[in-house]
Amino acid sequence: MNQTPINLLEIRDLRKSFSIGGSLFAKPLTLTVLENINFTIRNGETLGIVGESGCGKSTLGRCILQLLSPDEGQVLWLGQDLTRLPAEEMRLRRADLQIIFQDPLASLNPRMTVGEIIADPLRSLKPDLSKKERSARALKIMEAVGLLPEMINRYPHEFSGGQAQRIGIARALITEPKLIVCDEPVSALDVSIQAQILNLLAELKDEFGLTLIFISHNLSVVRHVSDRILVLYLGRIVELADGDEIYNDPKHPYTKALLTAVPIPDPKLARLRDIDALKGEIPSPINPPSGCTFRTRCRFAQPYCAEKRPRLETIEDGWLVACHRWREIEMPAEVVSKA
Amino acid sequence: MAPVLTVKDLTVRFALHQSEVVAVNNLNFALEAGDTLAVVGESGSGKSQAFLALMGLMAKNSTVTGQALLGDVDLLNLSKSALNQYRGRDVAMIFQDPMTSLNPTLRLKQQLGEVLVRHKRQDKREAERNAIAMLERVGIPEPAKRANAYPHELSGGMRQRVMIAMALLCQPKILIADEPTTALDVTVQAQMLDLFKSLREDFGTSLVLITHDLGVVAGVADRMMVMYGGRAVEKGSVDDLFYDPRHPYTLGLLHSTPHIAKRAARLDPIQGMPPSLEHLPKGCAFNPRCALSFDRCLAERPPLTEAGEGREKACFYEGPIAYGKVA
Repeated sequence: MNQTPINLLEIRDLRKSFSIGGSLFAKPLTLTVLENINFTIRNGETLGIVGESGCGKSTLGRCILQLLSPDEGQVLWLGQDLTRLPAEEMRLRRADLQIIFQDPLASLNPRMTVGEIIADPLRSLKPDLSKKERSARALKIMEAVGLLPEMINRYPHEFSGGQAQRIGIARALITEPKLIVCDEPVSALDVSIQAQILNLLAELKDEFGLTLIFISHNLSVVRHVSDRILVLYLGRIVELADGDEIYNDPKHPYTKALLTAVPIPDPKLARLRDIDALKGEIPSPINPPSGCTFRTRCRFAQPYCAEKRPRLETIEDGWLVACHRWREIEMPAEVVSKA
Repeated sequence: MAPVLTVKDLTVRFALHQSEVVAVNNLNFALEAGDTLAVVGESGSGKSQAFLALMGLMAKNSTVTGQALLGDVDLLNLSKSALNQYRGRDVAMIFQDPMTSLNPTLRLKQQLGEVLVRHKRQDKREAERNAIAMLERVGIPEPAKRANAYPHELSGGMRQRVMIAMALLCQPKILIADEPTTALDVTVQAQMLDLFKSLREDFGTSLVLITHDLGVVAGVADRMMVMYGGRAVEKGSVDDLFYDPRHPYTLGLLHSTPHIAKRAARLDPIQGMPPSLEHLPKGCAFNPRCALSFDRCLAERPPLTEAGEGREKACFYEGPIAYGKVA
């Protein structure tokens, strides 16, 4: 593992659009979900991806895993472009790249036992293993994620949401992946269970040397787990930086607005806070605003923001921001960060 | 000031195939005029069922006992037609999913107007005018135009605003909001919470906020009731419960909640999971998950007793409960 280069994954100029509607008499509309996506994922880090619904965060996760094919761009896995990989090679490569889904019960086959579900990826990816060996590995992984061995012959409906999510995690881990995309893995869970699963993911990450992409709309959760945070707005990267730095000193007005909107579980701080709530809602991606797509909700917007799309520029080592005015605008320090 | 709503011994039972489940057990609380009460708990705690029972929105296999006094009227002791006089007019409720709560076949002005026609005996035109004014009040842009729209034409945040507008049309004394922001993005959630605060100031509405999100509670509520296994386990002011929780479950919930301003390496969650109501543990329902439980907790159920000024808890443990001690 020491030989693994720093960048596990490199995304270059990724673009994904869907065509919607369209009939005999109507032209289909093009919905551009992701555009001009460039970033790298470092080996061993947790990268959080945040944004409002419809910003393209789940689509990005799926494009990385080739569950969706991007229209343009490259997804370089250790230098190898996954988008050009023949299907069979990609299938084998999937041992390295796994995913955990939001709805834990819906992502498990109700007709398979827990043992079968967890060992299933091995049947496809490690066909040489005997049945006995597969079940031995399943048991080992079950222990690692906190499931009891006697659960191996039960069916998904016998489990609660939190346990079902552990099964989903076990299934992802059994192929010994390097990268796991966690798509809203705790959003459907109760608070106490959510915390248990977050702790479990952190432990597993250390134990198995995983790299995680953590997609969530819950910024408190993302901040808790992530080393770096990528903020998406209408399918474009608006900011990418170290989690602590972006929290203490966000450069993009959208990042700032998102962070201040997060409720804090502390009544005194919550009362002190002057929430500068973003006006309105995310515009339709079918007909996005010209220039900077955030300008319609940005209180720092100037006429020229409508004309030119801001470039994603590197402002410091590894800190990217896409805003015409990031240098000039003074965003008042957040009251919380002083607490 | 007399409370606007007093609930006494509220119990909600469901008859199952061969057994019975008590979803809400002996719940007592008072809602003061103009106050915001947060009702906090995990799935199966009974937090939603208690308020659905008050609104008479129960499944056929349920029985509701106890009293819910709105002034001197007991909401639980009214015929359906008598209850309809109060529902929507004095007490209104909004739900987590605004799409399934709105009628997809009616234009907004029709479904909003209906409330006023029915409760305030306004004529249709007047009702629609007032409906449009309320849509504007809750922050819907171009309300006159939007009033002609159908629910599917609106975004989730807009639909939730419509629900709130509908609930407020008769200026109810009490607004019950069941997870009103859970389905919304943070930015829209912040707008909604702002709206709740300003509505309380403008209309003097008392608000019941049912939620599992302690962040939302901290920003909006005055008082808080924590529920577990169908019972209230701790009650008090928001500040008391956040800064000095006396029930290990309250403390556990706080430690399970990630805090955006304080990044900790690990959360300190409650172990295990919420109990099934069919198989509630003996004694204190929380004892299998509690690090502080002792013999008595397994044998006896702790009653809700006074624990300082204006607060109550249902726990036998009397020592200080501190970080790392729970779970």
